[in-house]
Amino acid sequence: MNPLYALFALLIFPGLVYALPMGWLMLGVERRCRARFQGRLGPPLTQPFYDFVKLLAKTPMGRLVSDRGLFTGLPLLAVGSIVGALALLPVVASGSGFVGDLVLLVTLLELPPLCLVLAGYASRSIYGEVGATREAILSITSNVPFLLGIVAMAWGCGSLQLTTIATATPWAVRIPALLTILICLPVKLRLNPFSLANAEQELLAGPLTEFDGPRLALWELAHGLEWVALTGFVVTLAVPWRSGTWWIDAAAFMVLSLAMVPSLALLAASTARFKIMQASRLLWIWGSFAGLVALGAACYLRYWGN
Amino acid sequence: MNVPEHGLMFRIVERARRRSAWLFHFNAGACNGCDIELVTCLTPFYDVEQIGIRLEGSPRHADILCVSGPVTRTTREPLEVIYAQMPAPKAVIAIGSCPASCNVFAGSPVIDGPLDTIIPVDVYVPGCPPRPHAIIQGIAEAINCLGKKRGVEMAEERSAQIETKLEVAQ
Repeated sequence: MNPLYALFALLIFPGLVYALPMGWLMLGVERRCRARFQGRLGPPLTQPFYDFVKLLAKTPMGRLVSDRGLFTGLPLLAVGSIVGALALLPVVASGSGFVGDLVLLVTLLELPPLCLVLAGYASRSIYGEVGATREAILSITSNVPFLLGIVAMAWGCGSLQLTTIATATPWAVRIPALLTILICLPVKLRLNPFSLANAEQELLAGPLTEFDGPRLALWELAHGLEWVALTGFVVTLAVPWRSGTWWIDAAAFMVLSLAMVPSLALLAASTARFKIMQASRLLWIWGSFAGLVALGAACYLRYWGN
Repeated sequence: MNVPEHGLMFRIVERARRRSAWLFHFNAGACNGCDIELVTCLTPFYDVEQIGIRLEGSPRHADILCVSGPVTRTTREPLEVIYAQMPAPKAVIAIGSCPASCNVFAGSPVIDGPLDTIIPVDVYVPGCPPRPHAIIQGIAEAINCLGKKRGVEMAEERSAQIETKLEVAQ
């Protein structure tokens, strides 16, 4: 990965220029699909953009000096780390990535939930603290199967480089590993059966209860970018074929990641919120089971396969 | 953030404010009749999310404060705190007859209302309870207030008006 390509990936594709409109579009499609599944018409697709602009143009309330840095720094860190994660996605096969970029990608994907937990505690609101506790518990429980799936894929192809993992992992490992990651996907996006942390109305607004105006706009932005990054992560790992022509790969990446949104919206519209015990049990038992199957397949192929 | 009141940026912001009004619902001792009617607006039949209206959990996220109930002595302080927590521009809707006039509770020693003696009110939706259509119309009026005027000035202007009105009444 040369510096010029890194800059291109960070700023243009799949970085900011692509991810900003795509994030808003994904949030819009999700809200509209969810409304349709509930028998409503739902907001227009431009709604998340309008929400963002409106929040940005509001006058934030005064804060203590000790809070100001944290309240602005945490959402900025979340946005920055997701943009970094996006830039590492192996959309085109040639030229992207370096040895060990999987570790960096997973780290960057884990930072926004951590920022959210810290933001919840930093707000010193009781609702923020309960939301942050739930977010922390869920991110720990969901990371066990998530990391099992990723480790299985890396072991299956014998590399820590994303391009190799995406193209060379055998299907016997890839399918259970993807299933594991898919189980964790609604948890990471805080979608309905696992929407414990932001639990609308139940916890006011979870960790973000005390955030207002531009700071909340940054969190909304981070959430939109998270959608692009996580669906993109699944799509790049699921599709081993790369045409070699960059624009065909890019278009396929866009279409496939957008196609995942309605199915996630269907899940969100058709389920009720779990209790924390139920969510953890599901993730520990079924998520870890799928992850262990993937790991077992990788182990088998590695030692007895050939 | 200070937006200059002309040019493309301002038009986009103005449009965004009209298209995305988030509500916060505050029950100031209401009998639940108005609350049920307000929640009805979000159901598939009325579906106010079509114009970007959303019921928010936190007053810090909200643009419009919907108050139902004659403000009782115990709810007065939380109401003031919540009004102060909402970032500008903001608007207040009085839903039902209770916040407008205290309704049948007028004269009770435990009632601090009506609402406009405590915080500035932009839109009154009369009725006991008002129909969801009327509430949606009230929200639309409040959105117009948000789009046309900047909340802080508007609130100050309103409270000045109310003060003069009260003086005249006395």
